[in-house]
Amino acid sequence: MSALEAVGPFLAATVRTATPLALAALGEVLVERAGLINIGLEGAILAGAFGALVGATAGGLGGGYAVAVAAGLIVGALFALFVIAMKADQIITGTALTLLSVGATGTLYRALYGSSGAALTLPTSGVLPLPFLSSLPVVGGALFAQPPVTYLVYLLAPALAWWLGHTHAGLALRAIGERPEAAEAAGIPVNRLRVGAILAGGALGGLAGGTLVLAQAGTFAENMSAGRGFIAIAIVVLGRWRPIGVALGALLFGAASALQFAFQAMGWDAPYQLFLVIPYLLTLAALAGAVGRARAPTALGKPLSRD
Amino acid sequence: MPVIRAFALAALVVATILLATALLLALGGYDVRVALGALWTGSVGSWYALTSATLVRAIPLMLTGCAVAVAFRAGVFNIGAEGQLLAGAAAATAIALSVPSLGRAALLLALVAGAVGGAAWAAIAAALRARFGVLEVISTIMLNFVALYGVSYLVRGPLQEPTHAYPQTSPIADAVRLGQVPGAGRLHLGILIALATVVGTGWVLRHTAAGFRLMVVGESPSAAASAGLVDVGRVTARAFMFSGALAGLAGSVEVLGVTYALYENISPGYGYTAIAVALLAGLDPWRVILSAVLFAALEAGAGAMQRDAGVPSTLVSVVEALLILAVVGAQALRRRQMAPVATTILSPAPDA
Repeated sequence: MSALEAVGPFLAATVRTATPLALAALGEVLVERAGLINIGLEGAILAGAFGALVGATAGGLGGGYAVAVAAGLIVGALFALFVIAMKADQIITGTALTLLSVGATGTLYRALYGSSGAALTLPTSGVLPLPFLSSLPVVGGALFAQPPVTYLVYLLAPALAWWLGHTHAGLALRAIGERPEAAEAAGIPVNRLRVGAILAGGALGGLAGGTLVLAQAGTFAENMSAGRGFIAIAIVVLGRWRPIGVALGALLFGAASALQFAFQAMGWDAPYQLFLVIPYLLTLAALAGAVGRARAPTALGKPLSRD
Repeated sequence: MPVIRAFALAALVVATILLATALLLALGGYDVRVALGALWTGSVGSWYALTSATLVRAIPLMLTGCAVAVAFRAGVFNIGAEGQLLAGAAAATAIALSVPSLGRAALLLALVAGAVGGAAWAAIAAALRARFGVLEVISTIMLNFVALYGVSYLVRGPLQEPTHAYPQTSPIADAVRLGQVPGAGRLHLGILIALATVVGTGWVLRHTAAGFRLMVVGESPSAAASAGLVDVGRVTARAFMFSGALAGLAGSVEVLGVTYALYENISPGYGYTAIAVALLAGLDPWRVILSAVLFAALEAGAGAMQRDAGVPSTLVSVVEALLILAVVGAQALRRRQMAPVATTILSPAPDA
């Protein structure tokens, strides 16, 4: 296969891999703009993936996505309960929720599906080529012949950017991430907005997990989130807490992961671990390069000190 | 009567764990009596189970649990004990295989190499935090994945056994292995290394200036800096690397005392369980010993539950997670009632 022929499949793999990362990272943008950091995003993605398996087995594709979102919402609700209602430490709560998700999905998976594993015949989202756009040369097939959930990302990123920048609620969300005490004095319901952001982040994390199962793998495997939640949090930093930047950051990570397919297609011989490790190394490099120049929401990670 | 209180607390924790496990088992439709029976037999029900299953697992949990406790105490969220353990295991294996003729000296070298390997792995995240302000929570988790794939590469590449049939290294020579504790099954002398290290670390934290500086920085970095007491960045970085050294030592003790070779699944997630171990111990190294034995018993028993009662062993992760949530929840509630003294350990402010 020539290098040029590999471009189309490479771009398509890039967008495919980037989709769940972008969904999860966009949700985390809301959470972090509200001044919180949810390490439990990894758990929400894994819960969403398992929810997709259960939902799709029972109620087809729609059921799969619905239960995936619901599972992510549950993880988000637990995070809100501990962090907002009880003011527990965000990092430890998030870590515990990820562990809980790993344990609960693993246990339920083995209990429900046994050691034989899940059915490999889950309904999966097919590709929905958009008329006209998908027939553009080179990029058409890659960008516009994807599962519908990818198009949701195309809409969600600019919509969130507009919402954060131009609506009253969006401005209020940013205010509570920068100066929660001042925002509260100005009459903004800080904790209610934060709970809303956490739930939205959880739902999008769940949807990201659902995408892994329903639009990519076609089945569930234990721990299949494989650190995507943490990568998504890094993408938020890389994208400087802006939805469009975050979507582009997700594409960069998608490209890094897609490199392995491209190299394999070109017959380049190298240890496969080298390809698998690229996204994690890229995360470290991106964090080191991005953090110094970007500014995080001022109140990030600090609870609202009202009493 | 602090001793009585400590034992009462420990009994309460054990009772809570058993109750939670029983509840989860009942919810899952398992035979609670059979499953809990297997949990008991597999963990502490016999001398063999206690020594060869529980205490053997407690060794890496003591060291990694102590690693997490030291880091958290210093305000460093080191979630990377797993990767540091793997780095230590790889370094120790490389040394043990390359100079087997040195015998006992090679054993000592390999143990040190493990600690150095773990410290070096932690140093990457420490440097990223100090130089670029990278959140160590994320960097250490990324480094866990890198370490895992690194070991995967080593045991299929440069360190693979000569026949190239299996993804593992050659076995470590007898002379370079940690000996067994006489009359205690598979329990090896690593238990003494772990106990000495953890007790020593606890002593350093309580009774030395270095330990005092570490805790001051963890409690309030801005106060420590403005009081001109300490160089916050340096104390933080040192604590981070010391934490990595403890986890790395766990890795070397594991290859030299249990597996005698390096392969991919050398750790069943000791570095992650360590977080629960440290939190349950209130980040106190001495109490880590008890909490490590408790979690080791739980994990040993979980294996037996899976074998004898068909209960997925991952159920233990659920119990562990619930325990962490119970601890942080209880602390958060207590913080509301009490004056905020010494309860900021788990929520340190960022570096000044």
